[in-house]
Amino acid sequence: MADIAFLLLIFFLVTTTIETDAGLDRMLPPIEPPDQDVVIKQKNIFQVNINKNGQLLADDELIEISNLREKAMAFLDNGGAPQGSPDYCSYCKGARDASSSDSPAKAIISLKNDRETKYATYITVQNELVGAYNDLRDREAQRLYGKKFVDMEAEYLNPETSDEVKDELKEKVQRIQELFPQKLSEAETTTN
Amino acid sequence: MSKFAKKKDGEVPAVSTASLPDIVFMLLFFFMTVTVMKDSTLKVENVLPNANEVKKLEKKDRVIYIYVGKPTREYEKVYGTEPQIQLNDKFAKPSEVGDYILMERAKKPQELQNVLTTALKVDKNASMGLISDIKQELRKVNALKVNYTTYEGDAFRNLQ
Repeated sequence: MADIAFLLLIFFLVTTTIETDAGLDRMLPPIEPPDQDVVIKQKNIFQVNINKNGQLLADDELIEISNLREKAMAFLDNGGAPQGSPDYCSYCKGARDASSSDSPAKAIISLKNDRETKYATYITVQNELVGAYNDLRDREAQRLYGKKFVDMEAEYLNPETSDEVKDELKEKVQRIQELFPQKLSEAETTTN
Repeated sequence: MSKFAKKKDGEVPAVSTASLPDIVFMLLFFFMTVTVMKDSTLKVENVLPNANEVKKLEKKDRVIYIYVGKPTREYEKVYGTEPQIQLNDKFAKPSEVGDYILMERAKKPQELQNVLTTALKVDKNASMGLISDIKQELRKVNALKVNYTTYEGDAFRNLQ
């Protein structure tokens, strides 16, 4: 008995690979160009460029990757539209600088990289940008529901969560996502 | 002679092995439940980068994998040392990615075909040029949901 069990045990021990299945979820832009050209104000775009040496240019400023999250959050949370305008952002806690983004819904982060950029650098930058969104969403979720957004989302995506809880969470998660929609555009890479 | 005579000193009783099968069975069941059979052998180096804002990839049946990395030593002679794409068990060119996705998609049940995710398992030393080509191919076949598979850890360790 124990022998057979041992045999099976050793078999499963050898074949086991505990897989690392977690990562950064991203949506690629569809290949068809939109029907009409959308005009976006320059101040609503946050340009992030990575060159082949892994250096970072954010809004024409050379910065360290460790400062990127802070910069991106300041841009997204700015809420520059004046009170009374349709874009006015009541929950923003940023500088309300008129020369930066109008509202989180309008703010777009544009990410460009060189063909020789290392993948690891790219992932770090992606991670920081996703982190900036998550931090802001966490803040709003904490204010509205007293919970962290990432925890709510993880619970919502967990297949073991019951349907009633899921329906309730879905509404909340979507509400937070609307407050800070993830608008991260990736243009095609440049060769030079 | 008393019934409760003292045992002789210095004699340690043997450890009972009666619970051994139970322990072994417990371990067996643990490994049985966590085992995932490998479906393709890696022919490329695949050290993933770290990230901490990760989401878990649930539901394995909805994922298509693409591996990218430097060919391992035994394939180095044939395929060189530049990062290559591995689809299933063989090396492929970027232009073949689209067909592969369509083929894999056709294999899945109808109701899953619209919710598939493409997991990009890319070695951290690969360059973005190849990834951009893959991304372009994925856009062509409308496989827009991607997951850059990473290890969970501090993202800044990637830069060292």
